[in-house]
Amino acid sequence: MAHILPTETQDAGPPAVDQQRRGPAGYLLLMPGSFWLALFFIVPTVTLVATSLYDPAGSLELGYKMTGHVQNYPTAIADYWEQIWRSLRYALVATVACIALGYPLAYAIAFKAGRFKTILLVAVIAPFFTSFLVRTLAWQYLLGDNEWFVSFLRWLPFTGADLRLINTPFSVVAGITYNFLPFFVLPLYASLEKIDHRLLEAASDLYASPVKGFLKVTLPLSMPGVVAGTLLTFIPAAGDYINAELLGSPNTRMVGNEIQDLFYAGDYPTASALSVALMVTIVVLVAVYVWRAGTDELV
Amino acid sequence: MRISRAVPGAGPLALPRGIDRRRMLQGAGISALALGSPTLLSACGTESQKQSAESCKSTDRSEEEKELIFSNWPEYIDVAGKRMPTLEQFETETGIDVTYNTDINDNADFFGKVKDQLGSCEPIDRDIITMTDQTAGRMIALGWMQKLDKENLPNVEANLIESLRSPGWDENRDYSVPWQAGLTGIAYNAEYTDPVSSFEELVTREDLKGKVGLLTEMPDTMGFMLRMNGADSADFSDDEWQSAIERLEEIVSSGQVRRFTGNDYIRDLKSGNLVACLAWSGDVAAAEDDRIPFIQPEEGLNIWSDNMMVPNRAEHKANAEALMNYYYDPVVAATLAAWVWYICPVDGAKAEMEKIDPSLVDNNLIFPSDDFLSSTSGFMSLDDKTRQQYEKDFVQVIGG
Repeated sequence: MAHILPTETQDAGPPAVDQQRRGPAGYLLLMPGSFWLALFFIVPTVTLVATSLYDPAGSLELGYKMTGHVQNYPTAIADYWEQIWRSLRYALVATVACIALGYPLAYAIAFKAGRFKTILLVAVIAPFFTSFLVRTLAWQYLLGDNEWFVSFLRWLPFTGADLRLINTPFSVVAGITYNFLPFFVLPLYASLEKIDHRLLEAASDLYASPVKGFLKVTLPLSMPGVVAGTLLTFIPAAGDYINAELLGSPNTRMVGNEIQDLFYAGDYPTASALSVALMVTIVVLVAVYVWRAGTDELV
Repeated sequence: MRISRAVPGAGPLALPRGIDRRRMLQGAGISALALGSPTLLSACGTESQKQSAESCKSTDRSEEEKELIFSNWPEYIDVAGKRMPTLEQFETETGIDVTYNTDINDNADFFGKVKDQLGSCEPIDRDIITMTDQTAGRMIALGWMQKLDKENLPNVEANLIESLRSPGWDENRDYSVPWQAGLTGIAYNAEYTDPVSSFEELVTREDLKGKVGLLTEMPDTMGFMLRMNGADSADFSDDEWQSAIERLEEIVSSGQVRRFTGNDYIRDLKSGNLVACLAWSGDVAAAEDDRIPFIQPEEGLNIWSDNMMVPNRAEHKANAEALMNYYYDPVVAATLAAWVWYICPVDGAKAEMEKIDPSLVDNNLIFPSDDFLSSTSGFMSLDDKTRQQYEKDFVQVIGG
């Protein structure tokens, strides 16, 4: 389907370069980016992997010896597989929730909003005007045991009087969903917005029902947006620890919380091994996902 | 903007012709190597982070710079509107300009925040930090704190109460001066629950299930766990620790505990998200909420102190000592105690309190009687290895 993408034509590589006179400018322009990448990605990653192989008997007092202790990995995973699995589960549920909430929203803004488009887009971004922390703390009140929302739910016939929302898996997943929703909506909106309306007209000329037109034209063409959005939601959500910290309980802790605590407790080798394990897991999952989704336009 | 190519060396694009791809790559390779050298070093492990007065020298600029940066816990100083009367008086008396930060909310968090700088003898831009016993002891043992000059601390020498004079981790108070001391007990919200009278009730009562808070400070929570199991929190064996930590694990997995908290439990306690929790005496007093009493559980109370210390490379040690000395003036100490409601570490403040607020003189939470003090327990001093193991055990359990 890629050949009908309107983006394809605009995407014909970098602006024309004078092939003959390509001096050092190209490399010079690469320098800031490479430097940035080396300083903030390659160096930390190497350090992280090295730390994960330190002797676990080390401490601040004794220092850490490099012993190539690969056993850190099985130990960390055996101790914390529950939290890793929980993080992936929460991130997945939050991502699905983002699709369910975000797709109709992005669709409405792109196709149905008319002159309200800009206002609605601003409304999607508006929560960013307040700090991430403040927004998450606000949920503590919103979902509090004695606040109106929970009182209302308790009053309903099908819920128990003991119903609680705050400090449950529900509140953690809700917090993640809320905090990452804009990251799903914006790339999806950009994708939907670019769709050529004449394609839909053509579909209806060929007797496609609106539903069929959506399934055969709009949905496939919006896939790059969906994939980009889900990646921007799933990846940070799996490593998130603020929502679990502020809205969770001891039984909803995610792997990010464990890494933070291990770091503060001074157990660097386990903390690093856990970070690397999480990183590898996410890279593998994402690679499989992008490969299955088959959206080459993305990368 | 137009980049002039005519002037050699004027801009990034004005490189001599001779720079070709190979040279560029060589350059890039060398810079990558330069960048990578700390990384390569990290592959060989890291040194001990211990420092000493010889390895990490500090200079004192107090003479020429009349300033002081003081980091403390929130809600821990007298406030009138936006002003802090005792601190302002200190500024007027001495001409020292104090920057007062409330950036310490959890010992482990703060330790994590500053350990890399202190471990490599770099300044943390604070002249006084206030840490609780275990953490203070660890920082001192690591050689991260400056030795105080007792000549500058006559009030402290004269007025520090007997029970705080020689803690195991700083026997002569060479490095630390208590800011306030306090008690850990239980607080509950009477609007949402019947009274709670013991720690055992807190962690086992069915009607409190899922509405209980414990503290992230290991000695606070584990002190009670140990005593509930019949051990002495000031002197326990490894087996007793093991059985206490297993018991805590059962309690956590039963869903009794909603959250492990720092200072932030007060908000949840007021809203009823937590109906009962482990709490610090002064916090509950400062909340001034009639529904929320602070009680002395059957297992007794934990006693601890928060200690002012001067970190390495802090440049205003003499100013810091002036402030420590100032707060050991009984009049100042009483003013502070009347506001923060923690245990006042200053002898003679009780007499001054008669003039400020007589109703507080017999308050056990500020001036504990000997009887009251006898029901309190501290937490055993641990060696590095054990402490790290116990912290790790604890963190693993509160992680569910």
